[in-house]
Amino acid sequence: MSTPTYSVLGTRPIRHDGADKVTGRAIYGADVHLTGMLHGAVLRSPHAHARILRIDTVKAAALPGVKAVITAADFPQGPDRIVDLGEGDTPLSYIRGNVLAIGKVLYRGHAVAAVAATNAHIAEQAAGLIQVEYEVLPCVLTAPDAMREDAPILHEDLETTELGKKSGKVSNVAVHFRHVLGNSEEAFAQADVVVERTFDTATVHQGYIEPHNATALWNEDGRIHVWCSTQGSFVVRDVTACILDVPVQRVRVTPTEIGGGFGGKIPVYIEPVAAMLSKKTGRPVKVLMSRREVFEGTGPTPGSHMTVKMGVDKTGRMIAAQASLAYEAGAYPGAMVGPGGMCVFASYNIANVTIDGYDVVVNKPSTAAYRAPGATNAAFATETVVDEIAEKLGMDPMELRLMNAAKEGTRRADGPKYRRICCVEVIEAMKNHPHYSAPLEGPNRGRGVAVGFWFNAALPSSCTISVNADGSVNLVEGSTDIGGTRTSIAMQAAEVLGIAVERVNPTVVDTDSVGFTGVTGGSRTTFATGYAAYEAAQDVVRQMKERVAKIWEVEASAVNFEKGAFSAGEKSMTFAELSEKLGSTGGPVVGRGAVNPRSAGGSFSGAIADVEVDPETGRVSVLRFTSIQDAGKAIHPSYVEGQMQGGSAQGIGWALNEEYYMSPDGGMMNSSLLDYRMPTALDLPMIDTCIVEVANPNHPFGVRGVGEANIVPPPAALANAIYRAAGVRMNRLPMKPSAIMEAIWAKGN
Amino acid sequence: MPVVFIPALLRPLTGGASQVEAAGETVRALIDNLEAQYPGLRERLVDQGRLRPNVSVAVDGEVSPIGLLESVGPESEVHFVHAISGGSR
Amino acid sequence: MPGKVLVNTTINGEATDFRCEPRQSLLECLRDILQLTGTKEGCNDGNCGACTVLMDGRPLTACLVLGVEAEGRNITTIEGIARGSKLHPLQQAFLEEAALQCGICTPGFIVSAKALLDRDKNPSEADIRLWLANNLCRCTGYDKIVRAVQKAAAEMRA
Repeated sequence: MSTPTYSVLGTRPIRHDGADKVTGRAIYGADVHLTGMLHGAVLRSPHAHARILRIDTVKAAALPGVKAVITAADFPQGPDRIVDLGEGDTPLSYIRGNVLAIGKVLYRGHAVAAVAATNAHIAEQAAGLIQVEYEVLPCVLTAPDAMREDAPILHEDLETTELGKKSGKVSNVAVHFRHVLGNSEEAFAQADVVVERTFDTATVHQGYIEPHNATALWNEDGRIHVWCSTQGSFVVRDVTACILDVPVQRVRVTPTEIGGGFGGKIPVYIEPVAAMLSKKTGRPVKVLMSRREVFEGTGPTPGSHMTVKMGVDKTGRMIAAQASLAYEAGAYPGAMVGPGGMCVFASYNIANVTIDGYDVVVNKPSTAAYRAPGATNAAFATETVVDEIAEKLGMDPMELRLMNAAKEGTRRADGPKYRRICCVEVIEAMKNHPHYSAPLEGPNRGRGVAVGFWFNAALPSSCTISVNADGSVNLVEGSTDIGGTRTSIAMQAAEVLGIAVERVNPTVVDTDSVGFTGVTGGSRTTFATGYAAYEAAQDVVRQMKERVAKIWEVEASAVNFEKGAFSAGEKSMTFAELSEKLGSTGGPVVGRGAVNPRSAGGSFSGAIADVEVDPETGRVSVLRFTSIQDAGKAIHPSYVEGQMQGGSAQGIGWALNEEYYMSPDGGMMNSSLLDYRMPTALDLPMIDTCIVEVANPNHPFGVRGVGEANIVPPPAALANAIYRAAGVRMNRLPMKPSAIMEAIWAKGN
Repeated sequence: MPVVFIPALLRPLTGGASQVEAAGETVRALIDNLEAQYPGLRERLVDQGRLRPNVSVAVDGEVSPIGLLESVGPESEVHFVHAISGGSR
Repeated sequence: MPGKVLVNTTINGEATDFRCEPRQSLLECLRDILQLTGTKEGCNDGNCGACTVLMDGRPLTACLVLGVEAEGRNITTIEGIARGSKLHPLQQAFLEEAALQCGICTPGFIVSAKALLDRDKNPSEADIRLWLANNLCRCTGYDKIVRAVQKAAAEMRA
C-alpha cells in the first residue's frame, strides 16, 4: 500500500493564535472585563463530611459593597433526572450538589455559598462572614476504608449497581462491574510463573496553571451569557441550563482562551453560580477560583487500590490474568474505573481474564477526567507485574511484551476484538530505539520500560467553512484550542482545498454560532473536529465544482480537483481564481461538516526511562526519557511531540512527587503549588519522542488522537527503572524519597 | 444470526452462557428478541427507552454513537461494554 | 480601609500613574486597574511564575509585590517585550519551536527568559533550566521551551 503524499499535513506551520499568545494579547477567562462587573467569591466547607444545619447570611449581606449572597436554596430544586451531557449520562442531583452543597458537605472545599460584591476583596471578606452551623460527621478517605461494612456512608440513598441491578443495601460502592474472558482460575493452574501484587496510588490533580473562572450576565430579557475557560462550551451550556432550569436556547457560552485542562475543565463548577449571582444583582459577575480552591474544590483524578495477578507459561506466553480495581470517585459516583478495567490488560493478548472494578465514593473532591482517565493507575500495576515476570523468566522485558502484544483481532477482556491497532509497532519502535540499547553506566542507575493504551473518544463535532473572494477561507469551529488545534484542524481543511494553511482563518466561536461540538478531551479534537473540517472542505469542493461546471458549461462530475486547481479537459482554474468569481456565479459558498464518528481508534504509547536513585535520600533523578506513541497520522508533528512530552512530564510528576497529602480528618495539607510538587524545568531532562504512524481506518487522513496515551506508561516505566537502580519494587505512588527509603530499609532488614 | 456476548454479570440470566445468538437488524430489535429468550435481560441494559448510563454497545468491535438504533448485520458480533466518557460526569 | 494611593511608575517605557488600595498587589494593579491582562495569575502566592514581570530589569512575581512598591520603578510586562510591530526573538522562537500549548504560562516564561538573556548571552541548558525553575508549565514538559530559549539566544548573538 502506498503512503499518500500530502502538501500540508506533516508540516510545522506557526499556529494561528501564536502571536496573540506570546504578546499577552490573547483573552483568557480571567481577562474578561464587562462594564459594571461585580466580583464573586465562594464559601467552602472546612469539614470533609458534615451535615449543614443552618446558614446565616445576614452579616455577610450587610457588609458595604456586597450585592448578593446565595446558597443552594436559591437554585431551582426540581426532581432528579439523568442528563445527557454529550459524553456520558449523569444524575442531575450529583452535578447540582457539587455546584453548591445541598444538606451535606462531602469534602473539605465543597462549595456552600457564594457572594457578589463590588470587588474581590470585599467578596472574600463577606464570604468569611457567612455563618454555617455544621454537624461534623466521621469521614472516609480511601477506597478500602470506604468499602468496609462499618464505613461512614456518604449518600444515604446510594446502593451498589451491577449492570442495571441494585444491591438493595446502602453502600459507598456505587458500581461493581466484572469482565470475564475464558476461565482465569483454571488457566492459572497451568501457569509456570504467577505474580500477584497489590498497588495503591494517591489522588493527583491535573494541575493546569490557569484556575477556573466564569463571568456571567443574566440579561433582563432572560438570556444568559457565560464567558469561561472550559474544555467544552456545549457542556457548560447544557449543564448551566439544567441547573438553572432554563431552556438551552437562553444560554450562550463563549469559550475564552483556556490555560490548560487535561480533563479537569470539563466539569461545571462556578458557571451557574456566577449566573445566579448575576440574576440577583442585575449585573455581570465574575468568579475566579484561587489555587487552593482549584485543589480542594475541583476534580482531581482518583486514588486507587488495585490487585493484579498474571500468569505465563515457561515460554513467556501470558495465559491468565486477574485484576481487582477499586478507584476513589470522590464525593459523587463516577471514578474512572470503567476505563481502568478496559485498559488494565489492553496491551496484551490473554485468553483467560477476570476483571472486577469498584467505583467508590470517599470524602474527597469529586473526581474528574485526567488524561487517559483510569488507565495510568491500572498500567502502573500491570506493567510492574509484567516487568517482574520478565525478570523471573530471565527474559528481555520488551521481548515479553512483544510476544504477547495485542493486535488486530485480539479479543479484549471486555469482549470486542481490536480493529487495526498499533501495539506491536510501538513495542518494536521501543526495542529499536537507540535509547533502549544505549549503555547505562554508573552506580544506582537503572532503565525501565512500560507500555500503555487509551481508547480515545470520538463524539460529535461541527464546522463551517466560508470562501472569501481572494481564495482564503474562514473556518468556524467549536473546539476550545488548548494546544494548537486551531492549526491542526485548519491544516486538514487546507489539505483538502489545496491551499496554504495560512490562507485558512480558524476561529473558535460561542455556542450560538456553531453546531454542537463535544469537549476538547479524549484526544478527539484533531481527530473529530479535524474530520468535521475535512467534511466541510469537501462540501466546499463539491459546491465549487458546480460553479466551475457552470462557467465551463460542463457536467460537475467532469470537473477534477487536485492540488488546489479545478480542471476539465484542457481547462484549468485555481481555487483562488474561482473564489473571485463566486459572487457572479451564484453567491457565497459555505461548506458544512457535522460528524459523529463511530469510533476514535485507540492509541498505544511506550516509555523508556533512565533514573538514578540517591541511596542516601531516596531522591530519583530522571536522566533520560523517551516517549513513543502511535499518532495514526501526525498532522502537526511539533504539537504531537508536545503532547507526548507534556503527558510524559505529567506522568513523571504523578510517579515521583504528586499527591493529595491528607490529614486524618480529610483536609488536603498541601493545597499550594509549593507543596503540591509538580515537575519544574530543573526536574526533567529533554524528553525524546518517537512518533509511530499506523493509519487509523476511521479517519480520512488516518489520524489517531495523541493527547492522552502518553501519560499511561511513565509511572510503571519509572518504577521498573527504580527497581533496577535500587533493587526495590515500588507498589505505591508517588515514589517519593521517603517511600523509596522505606522500601530500601525494609529490604535491608 | 448475530452473536451477542453476554457480560459476566448478566450470565446468570442466560444460564451461564457467555455467547448467545439472537435475531435482529438493530440493537433494539436484538435486545427485544433476547428478552423473549431470557426474561429480565432487557431491563438490565435499557432504561426509559435508552441504554443505561455507563452502558455502550459495540457492534463488530466498534462502539456505536447511536446505541439502540445501530444496525446489526447477520454475521455481527455485539458486545455491551462500559461507556468511556472523557469525564463530563 | 485607608484611601487609595497614587503611584507614579514607568511601565513598558511609558510614564504611568495609577491609584490603588495599599493592599492591592502589583498583579491586581496591572490586570484590573491598567488592563494589562497579559500578565497572568496562576496561584497568587509566588509559586507558578505566570505573573513574572521585570522591575528595574529584575524578574519577580507580581503577585508578591504591592502596587505601591512600584513607585518610582521601571516595570516591564509581556506587553512591552515586542519591539514595535516586530516580535522579540524569544517570542518568535517560542512560535517556531512550538514552545507553548495552552499559552497561559507563556508570558511569564518569555519575561523570565528575557531577564536571563539580558544577563547571559549564551546560557547552557542547565543554566536555562535553573533560571526557569521559577516558572511552571504543565503542558510542554519544558523541552520545547528550553530549545526556544536556546534558539533565541543564538539568534540574539548573531
